[in-house]
Amino acid sequence: MTENTSPPTPSPPRRSKKRGRVLPGFTPAMGFTIAYLSLIVLIPLSTVFLRTSGMGWAEFVEAGFSHRVLAAYKLTFGTAFLAALVNAVFGLLLAWVLVRYRFPGRRLIDGMVDLPFALPTAVAGIALTAIYSRNGWMGSWLEDLGIQVAYTPTGITVALIFIGLPFVGRTLRPVIEESDVELEEAAATLGAGRWTIFRKVLFPTFFPALLTGFALAFARGIGEYGSVVFISGNMPMRTEIAPLLIVTKLEQYDYAGATAIALVMLVISFFLLLTINLLQRWSSQRIGHR
Amino acid sequence: MAGNTSTLHGRAAKAAERHRGRPRGSNNSPLRYVLIGAALAFWLLFLFMPLASVFAEAFRKGAGAYFESFDDPAALHAIKLTLLVAAISVPLNAVFGLAASWAIAKYEFKGKSFLTTLIDLPFAVSPVIAGMIYILVFGAHGWLGPWLNEHDIQIVFAVPGIVLATLFVTFPFVARELIPVMQAQGNEEEYAALTLGAGGWQTFRLVTLPNVKWPLFYGVILCNARAMGEFGAVSVVSGHIREMTNTMPLHVEILYNEYNFVAAFATASALALVALSTLALKSFIEWRAASARKSREGERLPDNTPLHQTV
Repeated sequence: MTENTSPPTPSPPRRSKKRGRVLPGFTPAMGFTIAYLSLIVLIPLSTVFLRTSGMGWAEFVEAGFSHRVLAAYKLTFGTAFLAALVNAVFGLLLAWVLVRYRFPGRRLIDGMVDLPFALPTAVAGIALTAIYSRNGWMGSWLEDLGIQVAYTPTGITVALIFIGLPFVGRTLRPVIEESDVELEEAAATLGAGRWTIFRKVLFPTFFPALLTGFALAFARGIGEYGSVVFISGNMPMRTEIAPLLIVTKLEQYDYAGATAIALVMLVISFFLLLTINLLQRWSSQRIGHR
Repeated sequence: MAGNTSTLHGRAAKAAERHRGRPRGSNNSPLRYVLIGAALAFWLLFLFMPLASVFAEAFRKGAGAYFESFDDPAALHAIKLTLLVAAISVPLNAVFGLAASWAIAKYEFKGKSFLTTLIDLPFAVSPVIAGMIYILVFGAHGWLGPWLNEHDIQIVFAVPGIVLATLFVTFPFVARELIPVMQAQGNEEEYAALTLGAGGWQTFRLVTLPNVKWPLFYGVILCNARAMGEFGAVSVVSGHIREMTNTMPLHVEILYNEYNFVAAFATASALALVALSTLALKSFIEWRAASARKSREGERLPDNTPLHQTV
């Protein structure tokens, strides 16, 4: 995902292999990188694939796609999608306001936007549960309106909105900072209204970064566990997310069941990672052209 | 967690500077206040309120009860274990980050973008799966389970398992902060050092390392925040043995499930303070980077060519 920053040094002469290796230390650095990567990430991760390949097809389908598991996927992907959507809208709004407008308290707000990255998920989980439970700050107020948030899919969505909040801002901010006010002014001179300017001038520029941020928030939401388990209530078929189901199966020593679910989730995550990489390449090309 | 370092060191900040100088008079419409108001409301609801509630709940029964929560062997053990796990995993991943970014940014080779994607992989994996894979390798029914059992080595449901799971989830942090910066800096300064007779190690220590010290520091504090706060992965491999394998986030969970809310939120508030310090340091580094960029720009010619490249 980091590939998009190409070296800005103006046209390095002859990018041949040999020239690159003038600097000593390639072999030890690369050797250590590959060895460490294999030991910590690749070999352990491969167990998921090897374990499931040892299972029969029928067994895999039974473990990975039973009713309870399907309900968990539906809930996980549904809430993660909804949360990412909310984050796309409000992430755009927040990034826009923070880049374009000056108002008191802006720095404080700006500094805290990355809080969900730094705050442990369990802390976020119990804090959100406290706010939205029956006698919490929001919960008591929402209950009068007949809305229950804690221990429902809405609560899961709220937790995932918190967790995915910084992603859209992070991908979008550089684009908003680079976007030229002159373009908007030109559109206004030509008689475009605010809505038209947003739709025809701004949105197309923001779209790739917005989509990347959305995909990142979505991917994070699918795997999220710590913040959700507290607020979800964890009722099978109703508020049980897929990562929790993995934990439950592991606690019952049902390793086959756990790995089957894990494999399904891993495949989807890898697919998302691939999409995000392509999206970032697309959006960096877009910026490059401007 | 696509840490886009471009906010830290990219051209974005430069562009922001450009904007700042521009007067924006015609923009005082009511729409502006509506947008600011909506953004503020979202921020209050989803960022400020959760943070505030941690401290409000922790101090619900006064400062006495708050500090009493830490006067408990289980809490103290959890704090020690969390510090130990971070002290092992952060330096290891920092060394890895330096090696990986050196290999990726300073040389040309095939499969570079594939390698970068592999380094990002742990961000795409659910923390629960991150914990699970170590059970599949080292657990009683895992690959190495029988052998480990024979030699009486315990990895899963013990401290080594917690360290491994933490290493996995914090794996990309330092590397992904360093790679873009090193790539942007290029190799010229290293070549100069080599020409002047410096050895490889000397070049790295005296030229490369000082050039990346802020992004390195940034990656390290992010890595540290995650290492101290990781819940899902650690929860799967720890076995939740009190005063043995309980880290602070797991201790928070246990207290919370025992309805000991004040103690749970007190421990959580300590973790929240770590998070707030991380954010403060991050803002400080960004400010440093911005002012460093400004002074460097002063040395440039109008067409933005660095002085040393004009000979």
